[in-house]
Amino acid sequence: MKSIRDLSPADIDQIGEEFTAIRNRVLADLGERDATYIRNLVKRQRQLEIAGRLMLMFPPTWIPGVTALSVSKILDNMEIGHNVMHGQYDWMQDPVLNSRHFDWDTADTAKNWKLTHNYEHHTYTNVINRDHDVGYGLLRMSDKQAWEPRFLLNLPQAMILHVFFQYFVAVQSLKLEEVWVSRTKSLAKIREECKPVWKKMRKQIAKDYLLFPLLAGPMAPLVFVGNMFANLARNVWACAVIFNGHFPEEVEQFDESVVENESRGHWYVRQLLGSANFEGGRAMHIMSGNLSFQIEHHLFPDLPAHRYQEIAPEVRAICEKYGLPYNTGKFFRQQRSTWKRIASLSLPSRATQPVAA
Amino acid sequence: MAFIDTSSVRKILNSRVVSTLTYPRGVDHYLAHFNPLWSMNEVRARVTNVHHYTADSVTLTLTPNTRWKGFIPGQYVRLSVEIDGVRRTRCYSPANSIHRADGQIELTIKAHPTGFVSRHLHRHATQDMIVTLSQAEGQFALPAERPERILLISGGSGITPVMSMLRTLCDEGHTGRITFLHYANSADAMIYADELLAIAQQHPNVELVRAYLTEGGELQGYFSQAHLDARVPDFAEAQTFLCGPPAMMAAVEALWRDAGISDRLHLEHFTAQAVASARDENAEGDVRFARSERIAVNTGTNLLEQAEAAGLTPESGCRMGICYSCTCKKTSGKVRDTRTGQISDAGEEDIQLCVSVPVGTVTLDL
Repeated sequence: MKSIRDLSPADIDQIGEEFTAIRNRVLADLGERDATYIRNLVKRQRQLEIAGRLMLMFPPTWIPGVTALSVSKILDNMEIGHNVMHGQYDWMQDPVLNSRHFDWDTADTAKNWKLTHNYEHHTYTNVINRDHDVGYGLLRMSDKQAWEPRFLLNLPQAMILHVFFQYFVAVQSLKLEEVWVSRTKSLAKIREECKPVWKKMRKQIAKDYLLFPLLAGPMAPLVFVGNMFANLARNVWACAVIFNGHFPEEVEQFDESVVENESRGHWYVRQLLGSANFEGGRAMHIMSGNLSFQIEHHLFPDLPAHRYQEIAPEVRAICEKYGLPYNTGKFFRQQRSTWKRIASLSLPSRATQPVAA
Repeated sequence: MAFIDTSSVRKILNSRVVSTLTYPRGVDHYLAHFNPLWSMNEVRARVTNVHHYTADSVTLTLTPNTRWKGFIPGQYVRLSVEIDGVRRTRCYSPANSIHRADGQIELTIKAHPTGFVSRHLHRHATQDMIVTLSQAEGQFALPAERPERILLISGGSGITPVMSMLRTLCDEGHTGRITFLHYANSADAMIYADELLAIAQQHPNVELVRAYLTEGGELQGYFSQAHLDARVPDFAEAQTFLCGPPAMMAAVEALWRDAGISDRLHLEHFTAQAVASARDENAEGDVRFARSERIAVNTGTNLLEQAEAAGLTPESGCRMGICYSCTCKKTSGKVRDTRTGQISDAGEEDIQLCVSVPVGTVTLDL
């Protein structure tokens, strides 16, 4: 299997053209089918949310209630929120389902998400020191990252990240490790940046942990715990899917030097090699926000995600043509590989040079 | 729908508690679950009737939701409808009387040969369709104190606002003289022909003057002084309300100006969006930054660079069309997407500044 180094500049350009052709073809085809898809999805998610919140208020329907609310939060987060905020449906000119105005049912603000995810993560995918998703400032996820004693706690910290994922994402743009670890950022600056973050966070907390429980009167504890479980389910699931997308062991990570004057073709290939898919059925694709096609998502972040399945065979064919790997595997295989990486990187690596901070 | 709109229900829906319970999607998101017409702020309407008065027009009767605040005869609304997944917005003038008993709105749309939305509505508008409306807008309107002598001049689909004026005046029992002068290609092409004849017959103070290119009307040919001399010799004494195709309007404006009575002429410009030059290699026109109140000559580079060159600091990120940070509202004008070469609609829409190059004059909400 080749990597970017093994491709000629002409090859890289050609690959860029072939991927661009796929993108333009799908763009020209967007229309009623896609609008209907997202609208039906939003309807379904709303039904599950309303039903879930109601069912949570009564002991006999509590378990279905938690399930319904969990699914609704997952859909809102992944197939709807993440995709709408990528601009995948901006072409519809819908006043709500667009990347400028949409806000999602989680602690992170839309604005900060678009900054850390759409801009930083998607532009600098898997580039050490530039892509904050490589470790979230908390974990050591690359042997190119210098080892520090705090990384001995990689495994437990990764679990904590999963459990409280929505809060870690909410503060991701604050880069808290720059205050506490590298001490390159002042507390005063954090306090300023924190204001919009805290504003959203407290409304979410008030909604799920104060108002909805109160609405249920004597059943308040039931609703409190139910909402907690639903948020937990969404956190763990979203984090697991996201980790599957970039951390199986065969996925490549890149030095900062690669982004200087990066050509379009080179960007495409880096996206391809820095991502991994996992297999599943239709339910899996929808529940993962089609991040089961993380490769296609990174190649085409602004194409409606439900289209990735259709173009995956073409993407795979291009990989085969140029001898490039197409990272994929069963869901739990990707998970095992990811957790192996987390475990092994908690110890100092032997032969690799640490990257200067 | 009346019971849901008692002021106490609205107070509850507007409260902090409900706003937090429905955070962050908002009350409207959940209202729509129960009824697609329900909204806290948006005017929506259901089509209750679709009628074709002429071969190339469609008349829609709409029941608005309770957000609708009514209109002054002559004003227009922005109607938004989804076509092939994309929401399109166009301006149309209600043609009904403001005193209409059932509170419905009547819109008549003429299918223009190159009109994307008008042709779609003409062919595919159906009963029970839901559309979004703006509140009524526009300065072209019947004054609150109705003038005594009124001249209504219209051409083609420009008949709609003056139709609203006439129907309203009739409902109000207006006694002053009204002349309804309408220009159409032929008798078949005239919308509301039968109703106008009936109105003229029932109201002795209303005179209907039809001008066709062919024979059959009271006048023939395009607007001219001769037409006025023949049928409306006292035009200088009337308050005149004019709406129609650009050429006709220019002719009327010129004549009124020459007669020194421009202050008695009230206009509605009822034309399609200006079409930008197809030669997009030559940078033409301006870039207008509406909110910042700046204009720059279009240099042909992408709008992000042009905004920055004009001293503005719009949000940006990857500067290559991936992250959507620089998404901004284009109020009017066409742009070319540098990635696909596609030219956009000329109307209002959101665009990514870093990959959009102006094709002619563009106005941004920046």
